[in-house]
Amino acid sequence: MTEKVLEIRDLRVTFETPSGPLEAVRGVDLDVSAGELLGVVGESGSGKSVTFLATMGLLPARARVTGSVLLAGEQLIGASNKYMRSVRGRLLSMIFQDPLSALNPVHRIGNQIAEMLQSHQDLSKRDAEKRAIELLDIVGIPQPSERATQFPHEFSGGMRQRVVIAIAIANNPKVLIADEPTTALDVTVQAQILEVIERVQERFGTAVVLITHDLGVIARVADRVNVMYAGRNVEQGTIDSLFDHPSHPYTRGLLASLPEPGKQRLKPITGFPPNMLNPPKGCAFHTRCEYAAEVCKLDLPELQTFGDLQTACVRAKELPKAESRV
Amino acid sequence: MPGLTQGSALSEQNEKVLSPRQMALRRFVSHKAAVVSCIIIGVLALFVILAPFTARYGVNQSVQAPPNSFLSPRSNAWLGTDDIGRDLYSRLIYGVRVSLLIGLASAVISVTLGALVGAVAGFRGGKFDDILMRVTDLFLAFPFLVTLLVVRNVLGGLPWLKPLTGEMNSVRFIIVLFSIFGWMGVARIVRGQVLSLKEREFVEAARAVGASRRYIITRHLLPNSVGPIMVALTFSVVGSIIGESTLAFFGYGPQAGDGATSLGILVGAAKGAVQTGFWWLAVFPCLMLIIVALSINFIGDALRDATDPRLDRGA
Amino acid sequence: MLRYILRRLAWSVPTLLLVTFLVYIALRIGTNPVESYKRVNPRASRAKIQQYIDVNGLDPNFIQGYFKWLKNFITGDWAPSIKGRREVWPALKDAMANTLRLGIAATVVGIFFGLIFGVLAALRPGGRRDVFINTSAFVGISIPPFISAILLQLLFAVYWQRWFGFSLFPTSGVYPAGHTGFDLFLMLKFMALPTIIVAIQIIATYSRYMRSSLLDVLNSDYMRTARSKGISERRILIKHGMRNALIPVVTIAALDVGSIVGGLIITENIFSYPGMGLYFLKSFGEGDFPLLMPWMVVIVASILLFNLIADISYAWLDPRIRLE
Repeated sequence: MTEKVLEIRDLRVTFETPSGPLEAVRGVDLDVSAGELLGVVGESGSGKSVTFLATMGLLPARARVTGSVLLAGEQLIGASNKYMRSVRGRLLSMIFQDPLSALNPVHRIGNQIAEMLQSHQDLSKRDAEKRAIELLDIVGIPQPSERATQFPHEFSGGMRQRVVIAIAIANNPKVLIADEPTTALDVTVQAQILEVIERVQERFGTAVVLITHDLGVIARVADRVNVMYAGRNVEQGTIDSLFDHPSHPYTRGLLASLPEPGKQRLKPITGFPPNMLNPPKGCAFHTRCEYAAEVCKLDLPELQTFGDLQTACVRAKELPKAESRV
Repeated sequence: MPGLTQGSALSEQNEKVLSPRQMALRRFVSHKAAVVSCIIIGVLALFVILAPFTARYGVNQSVQAPPNSFLSPRSNAWLGTDDIGRDLYSRLIYGVRVSLLIGLASAVISVTLGALVGAVAGFRGGKFDDILMRVTDLFLAFPFLVTLLVVRNVLGGLPWLKPLTGEMNSVRFIIVLFSIFGWMGVARIVRGQVLSLKEREFVEAARAVGASRRYIITRHLLPNSVGPIMVALTFSVVGSIIGESTLAFFGYGPQAGDGATSLGILVGAAKGAVQTGFWWLAVFPCLMLIIVALSINFIGDALRDATDPRLDRGA
Repeated sequence: MLRYILRRLAWSVPTLLLVTFLVYIALRIGTNPVESYKRVNPRASRAKIQQYIDVNGLDPNFIQGYFKWLKNFITGDWAPSIKGRREVWPALKDAMANTLRLGIAATVVGIFFGLIFGVLAALRPGGRRDVFINTSAFVGISIPPFISAILLQLLFAVYWQRWFGFSLFPTSGVYPAGHTGFDLFLMLKFMALPTIIVAIQIIATYSRYMRSSLLDVLNSDYMRTARSKGISERRILIKHGMRNALIPVVTIAALDVGSIVGGLIITENIFSYPGMGLYFLKSFGEGDFPLLMPWMVVIVASILLFNLIADISYAWLDPRIRLE
């Protein structure tokens, strides 16, 4: 296996809310290898975004974060604000969901890219702006030198997301975190944005973490997949093994609910995601799991190697083999 | 997306679900200043309703045999006396009574008027709406006191309005004046509310099944604007009370002909007491006006927070 | 941009005419100028009265009268005041200068501190500092200016003198009686209390505007983007936060002249400060039509002007707005 750039161990994030503490991330272990494209999939509220906002140090002050996040061997949890500032945008970058609101409406596009360059590299304003135009070209924006002088509102949604990507890759970061980068876009534009991300990954060797709730997106671009549920990592493995023989009942449910040609009926997962203020004891999924047994209500299951997957299900071995989808 | 239930993990509460009204009440009660204000206003209301018992002297009655002018606060006149020896404490009770009456009456009238005009304007749009907005823009752009004085004189200068308005220095005239003033702000608020509600699904649905305009306005639009209307009502009460005081302060208020008084008249008299150093005549009426204005404003503010959950004001 | 401004200016002419016509009618009904004249000059001859009516455009027919007034107003043929038969322009000019001085001082002080307090409050929403600033501002806007004026006057003018033997701030006029010439220090001393009164209102109003505007901005996605760039908090606040938060505040500020003038009128009256407010209250009280109309024209024109300034500054600050 190649070098690991990002190692997350036992990450926990708790928010103080008026109704009591809410543990949004409950002990996540996760690795990102250099140059790979890791998909992180889960429902809204599964803690997938919070995990990476914590990694970036972008959570509000009222969030309590414990555990360990190593970026190229350096500890990020508990690091000084100054150090985190030097990490953000230089080693770690993030793309957010809504490109329409992610760019500052009153500053020119070129300026917003140049700002990212100048805050981490010793560049003159002119050089930074020149580089900004190159970056716009890389992410596939036509006539980049004219576009650089325009304002965000003069760009379409897809174009804006390209600009956001250009900002994120400006300093050639080790890890690029893309939080639902295509969710707010049209389907045709989604494909283009995914292509841009893949191109960037190949060209610069950037490791990409693609957070999404859309398994279709994951299937298209990811090398490996992490499935999250109720603030836990419930299954991880390569894209092929996960889609071929999912082992965790939640992953099975997700795959069974995917539409595909010739399939007559989709099979949804019944029930609702758990209330994170008061999550179920034991495996959080047992309330919705068709294979649930008494043993599931006892302890939080840890990830265990199961074939070529790692699965957090105590009954994984006993379950019938899932039908292949590949 | 397929298979994944959307919706925040927080929203799916298995515990008891509060109705919007209960939630509004809970948010209101969490406003400590507003709760204190409610108590203050409640006590004040009790005092002025029971004025014959709570006041120690009649509104126009001197404290004792002369010399009794300009007595500083003492046991037989808790807050001192004025130029002709009347007890300030008792006069404050009677004054607040008149001011609250003016505030409530003109607020109710102007809010009713404003809500109707605003709802119709927002719903119909078009010329009516344009003209309404122009007129209210004009009124709101001018300095408040200037408009108030000019409109006051115009009202008084139209003889055919006399049956409605009464004499220019009567309390009725003041109420009519502030009703005319107050409806515009309310109309704008309700109009805005209606404009945004109009696009909502339940109104579209009502329209789709052929509900009449009047039905949609009275059944859907107004009930859903109750929050903002209540807030407007509260602020309108303060507006009128302060407005009356301002008018009286500049000598255009209701006249104390038969010795009746109002907060405005008392504050107006304070102006003359400053240079002579009869501090109680200035301090107590001013304090009372501040207490009344602040309390009602706090209540209005809390109502706004309580009825508009989108406004997360942090504090 | 220039074309837009020119077109707006051209449009403001009919607006000005319409509004002054309405004001003309309102003053005709509200102050009854002919009666006012007869009250002041009880023994005026019929010819004198007719001359007064002619030069002021006070014909029984409002429309005819308005145009007569307008013609005389534009040609500079202004009628003298009813009381004292003084020339109107010099009085109006002095009042404008005094009010401008007070208004600018109060606005500058008020907006400066208002914005600072608003930013301080918004940086830690819900914190002790925020609650303190927000509550003070709330109290500030709840107290009408004449109340704070009375109390401050009582404290600084009357009791300060009693307790300490000298008066800290004078409470009326621009200069002490009998003073001639220009004296900056004395002027500032006389302006201090009225400026504070008006500024309190402005500070309270703008700290609330600024707070809510900045809070909106701070919670926006592009602030998160800015933070994810790893630039310093100060730069984030100034370049990304303030720049956006000021857009609505500046617009409101320019539209707010009316209420600032309103505060000035009340304050000037209490401090006998010879500005536009005192001018208005005096001439309104006396029903002095020749004094009132030009005052109204000045006020309407400045409201229109500041409306234009609001639109221009909005477009200047926000690239999404195009003035066409």
